[in-house]
Amino acid sequence: MSATASPGLAPGHDPYHLGGSRDGRGDSAATGRGAGGPAPKRIVVAYGFWIFILSDIVMFAAFFAAYGVLVGGTADGPKPQELFDLTHVALETGLLLLSSFTCGVATLALTARRMALFQAMMAVTFVLGAGFLALELKEFADLIARGAEPSRSAFLSSFFTLVGCHGLHVGIGLLWLLTMMAQVLTKGFRDDILRRTACFALFWHALDIVWVGVFSVVYLLGVIA
Amino acid sequence: MSAADQAAERSKRHRADVAPGEAYPEEDIAKGIRGYLIGLGLAVLLTACSFAVVRMNFIWAPAIPVAVIVFAIAQMGVHLVFFLHITTGPDNTNNVLALAFGVLFVVLLIGGSVWIMANMNHNMMHSPAPAPSHAHH
Repeated sequence: MSATASPGLAPGHDPYHLGGSRDGRGDSAATGRGAGGPAPKRIVVAYGFWIFILSDIVMFAAFFAAYGVLVGGTADGPKPQELFDLTHVALETGLLLLSSFTCGVATLALTARRMALFQAMMAVTFVLGAGFLALELKEFADLIARGAEPSRSAFLSSFFTLVGCHGLHVGIGLLWLLTMMAQVLTKGFRDDILRRTACFALFWHALDIVWVGVFSVVYLLGVIA
Repeated sequence: MSAADQAAERSKRHRADVAPGEAYPEEDIAKGIRGYLIGLGLAVLLTACSFAVVRMNFIWAPAIPVAVIVFAIAQMGVHLVFFLHITTGPDNTNNVLALAFGVLFVVLLIGGSVWIMANMNHNMMHSPAPAPSHAHH
């Protein structure tokens, strides 16, 4: 027996192969650390979409930075304290939070292959998201009616850009939501449809994270400023 | 792949090191809903704290913005863990690394912009006329 081979190992076994254990036992079947073979497509697709979401968040960060810099530039126009209604914002926040929850339940229903529950939860998510969007549009209309339009001051320009960009994302998300409801209904629980729906769920939850930043930085900090 | 093969593959995955929140087709739906309910509860609690701190004046006024920011960051963490399922599981290593880069970028972008512009505004206020560069410290 040579000095390099340990007893009990098959000849040709490489104790240093990626993800393997030194003693040749206990190889994990989980992917992601090199063991267990290539990652399933579900993981790879979610990773790719996660990169997109992060780049989207970087874009929002630029709008947040612009808002943070320009919030003082009211040009003798209305200030944040005079414009924002916290009750309205709390209602919007509640709708979006609940829609995130129902979207999560829809994802679970999808993996459990329960069509009726999935469609019902997606429909509730749509109603909650549409309610959020309607409230936001109503707020914008009220602001513009009071003379606080985007062209009034640097503060209002950056406000409408930031909050409007989030609202635009919610609107696109609602269209995507309807698409996924129709695709699951007509194409069934196919693997590619499941992956698409998982990407939609990631997108929807990420919008909620951005909204946490919006209601904290724009509305709550704006009211106390 | 036959149904039996798929079942064997699934049970193999289940014995493996699988992150919590990683849903597999046969997983119990009630368990998943419990996770989302915990997330929703924590998120509602943190949102309520944020609004309460601003609306009721029960904490020292200069600390209110700090409290709001802390609650917001905590709530973003809750959303990441309970809704987006960013975990420490082996299949999530790449997601966590990408998130770390994203956080770095966001902090530099927002923090840097606000810091530099606040500094500039401060200097402009104190010297409306262009001052010779050696007179400033």
